[in-house]
Amino acid sequence: MLRDKDRFLNILLISPSILAVFIFVYVFIGWSVRVSLSKWKGLNPDYTWNGIQNYLELFADPRFHVDIRNTLIFTGVFVFGSIFLGFILAVMLDQGLKGEGFFRSLFLFPMAISYIVTGVVWRWLMNPATGSRTSGLNLLFTNLGLDSLVNAWHTTPTWGIAAIALAAIWQMSGYTMVLYLAGLRAIPQELKEAAQIDGASRLQIYRYIMIPLLSPVTLSALIILGHMSLKVFDLIIAIAGKQLPLDVPAIYMWQITFDGLFYGKGAAIGILLLISVAVLIIPYIRHTLKTEAQQ
Amino acid sequence: MKVKLRLGDSWLYIPLIAMAIFYLLPMYVIIITGFKGFEEIDLKTMWDLPKGIAFDNYIEAFSKLSPSLWNSFAMVIPASLISSALGSLNGYVLAKWKFRGADAIFPFILFGMFIPYQSIMIPLVQFMRGAGISGLPGLALAHVIYGIPITTLTFRNYYASLPQELLEAAKMDGADMLGVYRLILLPISLPSFVVVLIWQFTSAWNDFLFAVILTGNKDWPITVALNNMAGSQIISWNVQMAGSLLAALPTLLVYIFLGRYFLRGLLAGSLKG
Repeated sequence: MLRDKDRFLNILLISPSILAVFIFVYVFIGWSVRVSLSKWKGLNPDYTWNGIQNYLELFADPRFHVDIRNTLIFTGVFVFGSIFLGFILAVMLDQGLKGEGFFRSLFLFPMAISYIVTGVVWRWLMNPATGSRTSGLNLLFTNLGLDSLVNAWHTTPTWGIAAIALAAIWQMSGYTMVLYLAGLRAIPQELKEAAQIDGASRLQIYRYIMIPLLSPVTLSALIILGHMSLKVFDLIIAIAGKQLPLDVPAIYMWQITFDGLFYGKGAAIGILLLISVAVLIIPYIRHTLKTEAQQ
Repeated sequence: MKVKLRLGDSWLYIPLIAMAIFYLLPMYVIIITGFKGFEEIDLKTMWDLPKGIAFDNYIEAFSKLSPSLWNSFAMVIPASLISSALGSLNGYVLAKWKFRGADAIFPFILFGMFIPYQSIMIPLVQFMRGAGISGLPGLALAHVIYGIPITTLTFRNYYASLPQELLEAAKMDGADMLGVYRLILLPISLPSFVVVLIWQFTSAWNDFLFAVILTGNKDWPITVALNNMAGSQIISWNVQMAGSLLAALPTLLVYIFLGRYFLRGLLAGSLKG
């Protein structure tokens, strides 16, 4: 009697959420796929079948090629930079120095603010103006005598997107630091002590023991940061607005759909983004849950 | 091995302080610019300390941004409360009252927190239009629903870590499942609620994508208003800097005072909690 009532309550409690996620995630994805296979152009929905025409046009579209190139450059710089910096910071903070907590909070605080705020500030720091109008970091470099560092930031041809990645590294490297710190703390002390007794130097301990043991952390960081860079949007908008040289799929999708009203093509970009994220994330979720079940 | 501070490690403070400067540089510019008087504003002296303390920039920025600051609060507070409450109930059911298929459903819920929202954006806008939901309530609804995966995950992991015996005793005394939740779990869930509330507050406050597609200019939350302010030619950069600080302040204060909980949310979000 009681058990039936409990089972009923169970289902009653959780079904609204499951239903909401089912509709807003899975039904909507299906709906998007359908839109991406339609001729919908203009304000009114038009589901006339168009096959994979929208996808084919995208693959042939020079703007989409720029998007792919930019995403690759951004991902490379951002993921490598955040992992490298985060790892170095974590190792330095793992040495038991006084003030560790203070530095840790300081390196992590950019995570608490929005990409928009970060973008608005970095837009002025990376001001590309030259001559008497030089300002921001370029001005700082000039004043410090580091003229060789003065550059055009996001207005640099082809590689401009890397400057955006720099701001993203500023925002996210504290996060990889936290992941690595948690990983370092999980390595048993005995392992390090044993290696030390065997005469290993600190560098060797990191090279041959810590870094290999941290590879699951590195993999998580690669996946989480990698999927974030596929979605990058706000930061670019806040630093540079919608400029063709800094275009990425998320911005193209937004413009072609809501400014251009090419809903079919916009949906196709959304679905391509989803596929690229899913390739990274689905194995990650499966792996995480499997490991969890084993414990 | 890392027990005592060896004198030989003191040099590490040099790179650490250099990094601290790198992380603080943007904040330095925001803050000093904010306190400069209008007559002092010049891009050429942007790194110089202010000559006195003035509030012109903050007053100007606040007068432009205050409606959207209130919009943000009005949307973020209910959205975080509702998605946290739902997450707690879902987590409870998924961790402690596993019905058949519960384990199969969970990864599908989880995937929802990683999807690029571009892949559901067109249906979302169509749905809201069709349902006649617009502006802030629509935005809050989106944050509640797309927040369910992370809130459910955090609570599920917490409840799963509690021993089953804790529940059995209350069940023996005749409590039904809601009774067990209310009497046993809810009172010890406060830390998890703080983690989840902070996480939801921060992500909804900082969101731009949903806000920009679901709200019009009367309903703009702070991120959209700030971005538009930064894109306009009329509003000078010093006011933008002051506006950035106003936009960042609520989440920064939460971070400063409740950083520990923020950290736990962060780890949960990467499935590492």
